[in-house]
Amino acid sequence: MTDASLPETKQYEAQMGDYFALLKPRVMSLVVFTALVGLLVAPVAVHPFIGFVAVLCIAVGAGASGALNMWWDADIDVLMKRTANRPIPAGRVQPGEALAIGLTLSGFAVVLLALAANFLAAGLLAFTIFFYAVVYSMWLKRATPQNIVIGGAAGAFPPMIGWAVATGGVSLESVLMFALILMWTPPHFWALALFVKTDYGDAGVPMLTETHGRRVTRNHIMAYMICLVPVALGIAFTSIGGPIYLVTALVLNAWFLKGCYDIFKRNDAQADADNYAVEKHTFKISLYYLFLHFGALLAEAALRPWGLGGW
Amino acid sequence: MALHVEHEIHARRRGRNMGMLVILLGFIAIVFGLTVVKVLNLPNITQMERFDHVARPQLEPLTSADEVAQ
Repeated sequence: MTDASLPETKQYEAQMGDYFALLKPRVMSLVVFTALVGLLVAPVAVHPFIGFVAVLCIAVGAGASGALNMWWDADIDVLMKRTANRPIPAGRVQPGEALAIGLTLSGFAVVLLALAANFLAAGLLAFTIFFYAVVYSMWLKRATPQNIVIGGAAGAFPPMIGWAVATGGVSLESVLMFALILMWTPPHFWALALFVKTDYGDAGVPMLTETHGRRVTRNHIMAYMICLVPVALGIAFTSIGGPIYLVTALVLNAWFLKGCYDIFKRNDAQADADNYAVEKHTFKISLYYLFLHFGALLAEAALRPWGLGGW
Repeated sequence: MALHVEHEIHARRRGRNMGMLVILLGFIAIVFGLTVVKVLNLPNITQMERFDHVARPQLEPLTSADEVAQ
């Protein structure tokens, strides 16, 4: 018998795109933007090439933590409609490959950032990866309905890392940028959770909408929004703020606060009646909210050389 | 008979191999670029030569004692 008589077994060969999907490119785009703003608003100028490499390292590090998250969560991803088509549950990438890619890219990103910038920035990146992959994914995601708040912390580190790349330190400004994303994540995500039918329950992931009910979720959205306002406005009075940022923040906070209040004051019967129009609208506002806050900080920094940015 | 018979796996993995090539070339470019930028931004570029694996006393910065001796 020759091998010509054997039936040809054609296994699916993972393509570059499948590996890239492990890095959660959509999350990476937010990471790149906020890290870049953190780096550019800092009072110390960074060589453009070093800045480019630093942001690349932060993006790759965030992607690596996404790959580690997908490796760990493959068992629940396969149970949920939203995640069933991810590379591992869909069978396009082996779990071991995702683990290897996650660990390798984490190492490369942290070491290269240490060489390109400084040890503090690299340490913060390493901590972010650890926090997202271990503290959030492995430990708290399946243990507490506040998981989204903790996951939000991992997403809040990039501007702080960008700032550390430029200044080599941590300061009030970078802590406030961190806090802005941290406090923004819960109302943003829970507004989405109210109108999207999720199957987290089937996967055993405790989401606030399912563990404590939708009324409590509406209360939480309002509470986190109230905590978010002073953080967002407080940035205006630091060295990276200015009149452009203050006006932008006042408008955006009034707009988002109104949306959250509308969510808070109504119930599910009212929401069902208009197909969750308010929740959907507020979710959309939340996207503009974060993008424009960081955009305003960037505008302040860009106008500073002409004496227009800042106070 | 063709001198070079391409295995079917080569065609199947072409995308991956090309992707890996681009990543490796990008990595080389980044390390090279970083080296150039770091070296050109040194406050005193001649001091780079002090770390040339051999002792080069003539490149050591002058101390006040040296200046007195001169």
